[in-house]
Amino acid sequence: MAQNTYLDYNATAPLRPEALAALRDALMAPHNASSIHSFGRMGRQIIETARARVAALCSAAPAQIIFNSGASEGNNTVIAHFTNQRILLSAIEHPSVMEAVKACTQNFALIPVTKEGVIDLTALEILLQSEPAALVCVMAVNNETGIIQPINEISRLAHKYGALYHCDGVQAAGRIALDIAASGIDFLTLSAHKIGGPQGTGALVLGLCGLTPHFIFGGQQEKGARAGTENVAGIAGFGAAAQAVLAYKGSAKNLAVLQTRLETEIQRHAPSAIIYGLNALRVAGTTLFSVPGISAETALMALDLDGVAISSGSACSSGRVEASQTLKAMGVEKNHASCAIRVSMGWATTPEDVEAFLSSWRKLCIRLEGKIKAHA
Amino acid sequence: MEKLPNSLGLYKAPKDTRVVVAMSGGVDSSVTAALLHEEGYDVVGVTLQLYDYGAAVSKSKTCCAGQDIYDAKKVADAHGFPHYVLNYESNFRESVIDDFADSYMRGETPIPCVKCNQSVKFRDLLEMAKDLGADCMATGHYIKRTTDETGRAQLHRAHDHGKDQSYFLFATTQEQLDFLRFPLGGWSKDKTRAEAQRLGLLTADKPDSQDICFVPHGDYARVVKKIRPDAEDPGEIVHMDGRVLGRHEGIIHYTIGQRKGLGIGGGISDNNEPFYVIAINTAEKQVIVGPKAALARDLLHVKDCNWLGSDGTHTDRFITVQTKFRSVMTPVPARLLQKENGTAEIHLDSPQYGISPGQAAVIYEGDRLLGGGWITGAEKNMNARSAA
Repeated sequence: MAQNTYLDYNATAPLRPEALAALRDALMAPHNASSIHSFGRMGRQIIETARARVAALCSAAPAQIIFNSGASEGNNTVIAHFTNQRILLSAIEHPSVMEAVKACTQNFALIPVTKEGVIDLTALEILLQSEPAALVCVMAVNNETGIIQPINEISRLAHKYGALYHCDGVQAAGRIALDIAASGIDFLTLSAHKIGGPQGTGALVLGLCGLTPHFIFGGQQEKGARAGTENVAGIAGFGAAAQAVLAYKGSAKNLAVLQTRLETEIQRHAPSAIIYGLNALRVAGTTLFSVPGISAETALMALDLDGVAISSGSACSSGRVEASQTLKAMGVEKNHASCAIRVSMGWATTPEDVEAFLSSWRKLCIRLEGKIKAHA
Repeated sequence: MEKLPNSLGLYKAPKDTRVVVAMSGGVDSSVTAALLHEEGYDVVGVTLQLYDYGAAVSKSKTCCAGQDIYDAKKVADAHGFPHYVLNYESNFRESVIDDFADSYMRGETPIPCVKCNQSVKFRDLLEMAKDLGADCMATGHYIKRTTDETGRAQLHRAHDHGKDQSYFLFATTQEQLDFLRFPLGGWSKDKTRAEAQRLGLLTADKPDSQDICFVPHGDYARVVKKIRPDAEDPGEIVHMDGRVLGRHEGIIHYTIGQRKGLGIGGGISDNNEPFYVIAINTAEKQVIVGPKAALARDLLHVKDCNWLGSDGTHTDRFITVQTKFRSVMTPVPARLLQKENGTAEIHLDSPQYGISPGQAAVIYEGDRLLGGGWITGAEKNMNARSAA
């Protein structure tokens, strides 16, 4: 089984060469950034360089960056700060937000999304009016559909009613311009591995509200906000990846071209194909679609056997395929949702990758022609 | 096209032959998959997640089937072929577990393994295998598949009669059978274990599974009770002559032919004969007991028959066959009369004991599996032979 076409960037992106180099360099010596000797000082320098680079990714000041293990930790850190307070969260949040909220408070409400997968701002305002909330959680870009959420309007509404705004920016980083101050985000969470950095590294970016949520106690690292010896190499890799993202700003245009080719062909092979969020604003390179009659399970396996790696909505930890919460929130019927697969591209995606997907997909559509017709 | 068929009977080079192997995580299916992979086939291992073991007996969600899935995955990883886990919990619940509970509630003795093969494995999984472009699907069942001169597939009892699983595969349709392969059918369990050792499988020393997979510790009553809470309605234990001998805690605890654990004192009659469960009256919630002689039956009625190697149309004449109405019994001589609507009559040459509705009557001609049906009733009909 050849495994050579990777189109699952929203799960994790391949490591950028710049990030690998930075990781390797940082791992060559014992750097505890809290030590006062030269090794320690070098570690500190690596971290601070990376901090400036990650800050630039979201137009923040370096002092606003708290490095951590990734966005799941970041989301839990922010939400735990609002334990037993009222939290409003979108119905399409990542489980690390959804489950954290359920664990921290019983007083929460889901903000619905429209059929196009965009947060319903009117519903949000009604929720805010009806009962004061402490925190509003809405991601910047949905991980399954790639649909961009109106974060400026969300933060404006949250602040209007005295709530703070937490934004999971994992899928937005490197794909759309993020400006934490201009958007009025109070807490922004990031993961290095979605932009070509290493796994196990991320950041909580603090906004203007001045609050610094603590989650891990036991040390003065990261201004005392996140105890534990810093992951120097991981942070170095994150910084290098962030810098690379900003250096290749034009890549979104190329992805848009590849995505257009992909979606045109998908619709040509099976006119019954449904592409989710087609009429909403989406990031370039994320396509979630269903062809009724081809279950996501079948598609994933068939493509994998041809060496093409894709995903069905958000991956499940046990390898089981489960129906997408996002599509459910968008009102997509179950039969269609169970067929939804996600193709997500990124920095190293080539036209050949898209063609490899299409060739395998075409084969599957021909093999399952009868089922597609029966469900059309 | 190859001139000679490969070991799976297909005119293709092994590397161009995709075979989906249903892997349970046990030694038999592990050997099947690893051997075919060794022969150079394009093997795709699949393990089904069928039930939540914890939820079957309590409310807590745990996953003990997880170990078997893990083992199957490890075997696939070690040998370098792809492996996938399919979640068929809802199919399994609808097609197998609910039916299992309902069958007990009707006073029957179900065989969920047949239902599982019939629906989940050879319907849903087989369809998936075809969708994946497979040329065939293999399992680790002990049953022999051969083809006749026209290429039609037949089933025969496994070489090792002690391991033979043909009873559980009687409902396999001809169409399914054409796509299925059972590479272990000619093997003994010892040979399988030896091959597992040679292949270095981590499942080589795994004990054989004994119970019904979703019934922990054989406590089926607990599973039924959880699905059908009224399963433990108490009732009377009544002698065939009408005398009430005692009370019981739910008909699900009784099976036709059962002798032990009747809960009526010594369980013997006046003339020192043990009592057996003769019938279960679900409407009155009565368990009817009597002497062994009252269990004798020589005419079985079966429904939903599956016939291999015939077009399914009924014939008006008896054919001489052998039959099994329990998985662990030696086939006994009988005459089969196929009837309309997928029913049949099976006339036993000599009376048999403990025949329960819900079980299957499986028909053989020598070692060849002809098919079978589900027992709806059985009677004592000494005149059957002359009626023919």
